[in-house]
Amino acid sequence: MSAPQKRLEVVGRSRRRVDARAKVLGQLRFADDLVLPRMLHAKLLRSPHPHAVIESLDASRARSHPGVHLVLTGRDFPVPFGIMPVSQDEYPLAPERVRYVGDPVAAVIARDEQTAGEALELIEVKYRALPTIATPEEALAHPETRIHDYGEQGNIHRNQAYEFGDVEDALANADHVFEDLFFYEGNTHLPMEQQASLAAIDGEGKLLLSSSTQNPHYLHRQLAQVLQIPAAQIRVIACPNGGGFGGKCDPGGHEFVVCKAALLLGRPVKIGLTRQEVFYVHRGRHPVLMKLRTGVSRDGRLTAMHLQTLLDGGAYGSHGPASTFYTGVLTPVTYELPRFKFEACRVFTNKPACGPKRGHGTPQPRFGQEVQLDKIAEKLRLDPAKLRLNMVTKPGSLTASWLRVGTTGLAECIRKAVEISGWKAKHRKLPPGRGVGIACSTYMCGAGVSIYWNKMPHSGVQLLVDRSGQVTVFCGSTEIGQGSDDVLAAIVAEVLGVDTGVVRCVTGDTGLTPVDLGSYSSRVTIMMGNAAMQAAERMREQIAGSVCETLGTTPERVAFSQGRVFAAEDPGKGMSFAEAVAITEAKLGTLSTVGSYTPPKPPGKYKGGGVGPSPAYSFSACVVAVEVDEKTGWIHVPKIWIAHDIGRAINPVLARGQVIGGVYMGLGEALMEEQVFRRLPPKLSAALVHRIPSMLDYKSLTALDMPEVEVALIEDPDPNCPFGAKEVGQGPLLPVMPAVANAIYDAVGVRIDELPITPDKVLAALELKAQGKTPRIGPARFPEVPYPKPMFVLPPWEGGDGNESKMPRPLGVAAS
Amino acid sequence: MMRLPWFDYRAPRSVEEAAKILAWEGNGAMLIAGGTDLLPNMKRRHQMPQTLVSVRQVEALKKIANGSGLRLGAGLTLTELLAVRGLRERYRALAQAAAQVATPQLRNMGTLGGNLCLDTRCTYYNQNYEWRKAIDFCMKKDGEVCWVATASKRCLAVSSTDTAPALIALGARVKLVSAAGEREIALAELYQNDGIDYLKRKPDEILTEVLLPQPDGWRSSYWKLRRRGSFDFPLLGVAAAAKLAADGTVEAARLVLGAVSSHPLVIKSDALAGRKLTDDVIAEIGEAAQSRAKPMDNTDMDLRWRKHVVADFVGYALRELRGDDMSAMRLRIAKQLV
Repeated sequence: MSAPQKRLEVVGRSRRRVDARAKVLGQLRFADDLVLPRMLHAKLLRSPHPHAVIESLDASRARSHPGVHLVLTGRDFPVPFGIMPVSQDEYPLAPERVRYVGDPVAAVIARDEQTAGEALELIEVKYRALPTIATPEEALAHPETRIHDYGEQGNIHRNQAYEFGDVEDALANADHVFEDLFFYEGNTHLPMEQQASLAAIDGEGKLLLSSSTQNPHYLHRQLAQVLQIPAAQIRVIACPNGGGFGGKCDPGGHEFVVCKAALLLGRPVKIGLTRQEVFYVHRGRHPVLMKLRTGVSRDGRLTAMHLQTLLDGGAYGSHGPASTFYTGVLTPVTYELPRFKFEACRVFTNKPACGPKRGHGTPQPRFGQEVQLDKIAEKLRLDPAKLRLNMVTKPGSLTASWLRVGTTGLAECIRKAVEISGWKAKHRKLPPGRGVGIACSTYMCGAGVSIYWNKMPHSGVQLLVDRSGQVTVFCGSTEIGQGSDDVLAAIVAEVLGVDTGVVRCVTGDTGLTPVDLGSYSSRVTIMMGNAAMQAAERMREQIAGSVCETLGTTPERVAFSQGRVFAAEDPGKGMSFAEAVAITEAKLGTLSTVGSYTPPKPPGKYKGGGVGPSPAYSFSACVVAVEVDEKTGWIHVPKIWIAHDIGRAINPVLARGQVIGGVYMGLGEALMEEQVFRRLPPKLSAALVHRIPSMLDYKSLTALDMPEVEVALIEDPDPNCPFGAKEVGQGPLLPVMPAVANAIYDAVGVRIDELPITPDKVLAALELKAQGKTPRIGPARFPEVPYPKPMFVLPPWEGGDGNESKMPRPLGVAAS
Repeated sequence: MMRLPWFDYRAPRSVEEAAKILAWEGNGAMLIAGGTDLLPNMKRRHQMPQTLVSVRQVEALKKIANGSGLRLGAGLTLTELLAVRGLRERYRALAQAAAQVATPQLRNMGTLGGNLCLDTRCTYYNQNYEWRKAIDFCMKKDGEVCWVATASKRCLAVSSTDTAPALIALGARVKLVSAAGEREIALAELYQNDGIDYLKRKPDEILTEVLLPQPDGWRSSYWKLRRRGSFDFPLLGVAAAAKLAADGTVEAARLVLGAVSSHPLVIKSDALAGRKLTDDVIAEIGEAAQSRAKPMDNTDMDLRWRKHVVADFVGYALRELRGDDMSAMRLRIAKQLV
């Protein structure tokens, strides 16, 4: 992108975000705020059984209940859905089989919510209970109790293995091999806004769905598939989301239900999920059991890693195939790792489906790796910060798995975090009960490939300017609270030299806006931003070419700044932006430009090499301080320091907010958040229920529990990114959990190798320590997982070309 | 959203009128003050009263009277209670307890009387109707079994009021008024150790007033264990009050635990009398309290750990009574100074 060098006027300055006023005044309309004349209300009947066959369903009493307009069941939805083409395993309403407590089986559409709720109780469903699977261990041990008829085998949904260079050989030759098991409990997104959807039939008879969704484009495609009507007859509007964090990426059963009902009744139909239903829809963090075997040289450099993961997927596929990959693929991006082997297995269980949550699959192995590095540093008597600093990946390098690192500010992040936290004066030097821990991480700036295979752009932007001087920018990108509209307005405003106040964003509307794949994988700033930049630059070229004559200069010498268009060499000679547009419009006719963005092709050409590549990676380093009470195990976190390599902050105040928000969520995952389930005594009950599906009992930090967070933004603009800006929405969460665990070790000398880290676990570990036993709480064993034979790919430095190749030694023969 | 069941609503202006309505309506009526406990419970179909009798407009329930001690109207919101002049100086445990109930928004609605009559809590019970259906309900509502301990003959739901332990430690009495008359009882006598029938209040009685004796040299302290600095119900409440001689010798003391039983648990603390609050004495009382506490697996956090820390929390309260500066510990535990 060839922006002429000028001082940035919008980008890099802290501004009030463009949607702030409407939010603060309550004017912003979330999906649940929408009301239409003659609107009806839907409610879903959900299964009370964790695993059962639906033997019969009688809705006759519900249908004749006063005020009820329609009852839908599984029969009304013969076509399944699933966000990923390989996992079309879910129905809006379960037709034959329920797979978790909360699986929807019927819907009532009535004059109001109360009536719909009453009628639900009149639906008689006969279930035949099936054996249940509560954990991955049970899933592997009981392949005969199949939750789905598809998948790799038994209850294994996805099973994959990759080996980049001969890892066993490298481990055999390593000075030290560290072997550790870790467990990361599942947790949920907990957005403030519960999902709501309103479907209506517009004047032309087309379907219009307004919904809390992060991905209107994917939802649009899925609606066409499930409802079996042409996509051109459907319009999806993504309302501003009250938080998403990945929880609104999958299409939800309720969205199909209100659409079908609106089509059948010809009236608007709305649904608002209860908080409990949001816990059931879930798609949150997978519980992951991990085993890391890592080879290390005497001087503290990694020689190889063998990573095994086992994911508890819940009842459906969701993003599972991608989640499974993500428990491994980003592991080699932070530190030089000559050889890497990665085996991952996702199983089905009778619980709400897991999916993408902020960091998607990567927080779990990052936690394991960063805690293991702390152990390595201790064993080798090295400073953990220095150990990391010495082996950060080089800019522009390739990983063993053929990911292109691009720019990296990780070294600078580590230096900065060490500096602002006073690390050197604190680590291993604080009095007993107090400690600091460090950890690092990376995240991608957008997934390199789309969820469905295609060669089209990932983001499109259309720009409209007219003689009024207003700039309207259209993009399918979706504002979920992260500030995507603000980024869009800022980039256009910067290129055209206007204030963000004259830019109107029209976003997340499949009926009006060019396709953007959605708000996931931290892709928006870079992909939408690059598309917006291209559209804005094209517009600027048109205007410059049209006014240069009037200004007595060449097109290249026309400057755009502060709402004026002028000759660069003679700023007095110029006009307002609106006047410049008017001249251009007179010359060229109505003005509109488009821009689009497609990520570069990844260097890895092996099958599966499409997951992990990104145009750029962000990096973070975090130091956490803790105080641990040795008598009770009580954990207090007084302060957190974090440095994040953002490339460039488009709006620094917003970027800092995102960093602190990520730290907030990460600290919650470290200390308390868990989506956990409970069985009752099996002789008395077959129940398998979510323990705490409520905002009160599912514990996340309150404002009072949040420590001060000192944020350093490391700005080294990345050439692949608009104005150099990388992601900030997910990365800063990732180092928090391992930094907490490492800080606890520094404070009281115990290892808690599982999340969340609670006072009872710390106390139990302290008791082990007092008894002279290994002061560790964490998983004790990794089950036998029938991983497939790994795909072998030679690393770039061993003569590989990015394709699958032959293993240099016969399989099954251990290196000597 | 979850919807309330249908109900009739009455809004009397006086205690007499409210009492008459209760007497007339019988068991189908329930009192509502702030509604912060009752309304969510109604949404989950725990209680489905035919009639709600609101006491929000009964001015008499907002009265505060100083005399020999302090009389507090049961209708004071917790925020209003915290604004009572001299409360913190004279009845510190009550101020510390009230300040840690729920969240500021809920304290603006929830009342003192409501907190004293708070429904007992349990993770098998505080769930909506559909969830409870999935476990075939429990003995406290719609079912037979106590899932906390399936052999248990009685419901083990937890007394989760913060203000009751504090007020019992302070020697409070309460006034109950019905159409038939009124009575005054020690607050401890209001409760019994049964998760279902946890109150000895008769259905037609209104808790109108809390009566506190003159502080008369008594000091008090309340410590609350919960996961977070706000919002959460107690996993353990420790209320301690003592009258100390000039040399620090304990003349009389009361110790009450919350959230480890179906009623506030009064711990025998005679052993303290005539002794000074040395570290050893504090440890001894802490162990005694710990052995009495019976936390069950029906609230947040690990139950063995919750029992383990009883002695520590009793220690915090007693050290605060002794005059130790506990503010650093208070900040770590409560995330605020109260």
